Amino acid sequence: MSFPWAKQYTPSHPFMVWMDEKLPIPRLIYNAVGGGYEVPRNLNYFWNFGFLAGLCLVIQIVTGVVLAMHYGGDTRVAFDSTEHIMRDVNWGWMLRYGHANGASAFFVVVYLHIFRGFYYGSYKAPREMVWLLGVVIFLLMMATAFMGYVLPWGQMSYWGAKVITGLFGAIPLVGETIQQWLVGGFAPDNATLNRFFSLHFLLPFVILGVVILHIWSLHIPGSSNPTGVEVKSESDTVPFYPYFVAKDGWTIGLFLIVYSLMVFFMPNALGHPDNYIPANPMQTPAHIVPEWYFWPFYAILRSFTQDWLWFIPAKLMGVLAMFSAILVWFFLPWLDRSPVRSGSYRPLYRKFFWVLVVDVLILGYCGGSPAEQPYVLIAQLASIYYFLHFFVIVPIVSSIERPDPLPFSITESVLGHDEAAALGTRA
Amino acid sequence: MIRIFSIAVGLFFAGALLWSLTLDTIGLAHDGLPKSAERSFHEHPKPLALSSDGWFGKFDRKQVKRGFEVYQQVCASCHAIQHVAYRDLAAIDMGEAEIKDIASKATISAKDPLTGEVKDRPGLPSDHFPPVVYAGQGTPPDLSLITKARHGGAAYIHSLLTGYTTQPAELLKQFPDAKTPDGLHYNPYFANLNIAMPPPLTSDGQVTYSDGTKATIEQMSTDVSAFLVWTAEPKLDKRHQVGLWWVGFLIYATVLGYLSYRNIWAEKKGH
Repeated sequence: MSFPWAKQYTPSHPFMVWMDEKLPIPRLIYNAVGGGYEVPRNLNYFWNFGFLAGLCLVIQIVTGVVLAMHYGGDTRVAFDSTEHIMRDVNWGWMLRYGHANGASAFFVVVYLHIFRGFYYGSYKAPREMVWLLGVVIFLLMMATAFMGYVLPWGQMSYWGAKVITGLFGAIPLVGETIQQWLVGGFAPDNATLNRFFSLHFLLPFVILGVVILHIWSLHIPGSSNPTGVEVKSESDTVPFYPYFVAKDGWTIGLFLIVYSLMVFFMPNALGHPDNYIPANPMQTPAHIVPEWYFWPFYAILRSFTQDWLWFIPAKLMGVLAMFSAILVWFFLPWLDRSPVRSGSYRPLYRKFFWVLVVDVLILGYCGGSPAEQPYVLIAQLASIYYFLHFFVIVPIVSSIERPDPLPFSITESVLGHDEAAALGTRA
Repeated sequence: MIRIFSIAVGLFFAGALLWSLTLDTIGLAHDGLPKSAERSFHEHPKPLALSSDGWFGKFDRKQVKRGFEVYQQVCASCHAIQHVAYRDLAAIDMGEAEIKDIASKATISAKDPLTGEVKDRPGLPSDHFPPVVYAGQGTPPDLSLITKARHGGAAYIHSLLTGYTTQPAELLKQFPDAKTPDGLHYNPYFANLNIAMPPPLTSDGQVTYSDGTKATIEQMSTDVSAFLVWTAEPKLDKRHQVGLWWVGFLIYATVLGYLSYRNIWAEKKGH
């Protein structure tokens, strides 16, 4: 699926002609990331994070598969085998630090990718399916990252697992049964570690599958762009190869520099010291905190401190809210009814967007802090805004806002004029 | 319809939060911000400069070796370093004979390869440091990873070792219940201020250094902290070295990539 002016794959070498008839993989690649995929010419650098997220997934799978060759998924050896990797496996320290910081890098990139979507209205028709699949990928990433953090079987691994699986205990009536079924016992133990290892190995390949669907559904309408105006003519687009291969390509270098500085020079900066203490079910750490990428949602969870309406327990509200905070993203294409996609032409929405950015950063800060005052009050205020933003403000703003005038076309936004428009074809 | 439903759900959650916020604010107004002796008297580690710090950091092997001597003569009676193997000592400039000698002084309980029976035997370079059987109460932590397992790392260890003091009168005035219990020792660098470990470094010359360095308490504490950075991550030197070359290459490749990007896009920019 592409624009009528997209170039067609024309193999010249006899082998490639033969191949194209039997199994047209070269044609697929040409149409997906080659000269046959036409891309809006005005994409800014926020459009690079999809490609970089794909790179992160590859880094995680490659380092992860090799780590699994040396790791032991048994509570008696898990911690020691992790240290064995750090000390005795050739380049093991690089694999493990690369994998641990790779998870953080993946979340940085994906958060930027998601917020790009919020600002530029990437979730709107005709790209709802791209967005829905993206939210599925994000949920799978969270599950995978959580289970991966349990594997070294340090103190935070154990107590993180205990807290998060404990959330299911908040479900009325069946909660406790579900929780015991999930962990395979009354508390996390060998059964838990074993199944988490199995699932942690499996889920990245599920993510890979959903990523392929995500890209497939993207390539049907083609990429969105910073103006939010759809592609109208040939002058609006350039082929992916060489233009975006070059643009994505050099930012891979930029990404790898930042990532490598973390891996080689401050590999433990984002981790928690307690995870270098072997898991001990008899000793609770002073502050149980998840990894930084869960902090905003952890802050929301902990903000519900009082039973609501006298019969909904605070814990249940917290769990419902934490899941709703992400699940609401699924409904965004239908909550935001503004016909204008890009925040650049939505003066009111744009202001709320930036408030949301600051709000999520505040939530993150509170989620990483101890569960005590004044952090709880700040987190409660920030959580109120978070819910109002997606559930109330976005729908209302999209109805009452008066957007700025849009450019006629992508070409006009780049060049200041559009020959096609000048000829009187303005619709 | 979906938007009306959504607004209702949003207000439901916001209402619950507002309810929690209101009750918590009343609670806060009543109780004030949390106060405790730990909060008021806990101190952050003193700064400690080691040659392994920073992006270009490398172990000072002589210092790490001195730190090992402090560990052996002081810490080893209670604390193990089970993640370290005797063979690892080669990295701090110990010869094969010396390593064999140190290992052989340890008693390792291992399977006899001929009978499969678990027996005690003298240690070999391939053995890890054995567990330490501690006769007193509690279990002194294994020290292999201690600098990575505590906020502040080596600086924390150094501060803790040299930070024993008498409990300030001011503390007891503010928190009369927070008197250090019998058998514990006041140390403001320890998370809850009262640590079970008695001061391990008590007098100058407690350790005999093989290189003749004068063993002041400050010297022993700094050296053993440097040693524990090494036990926590013996590959740190290599990591820094590889990292510099790799990032250097990446910068070069990224500049080339950027230039080719500019070249390819030249005609598409502007007009």
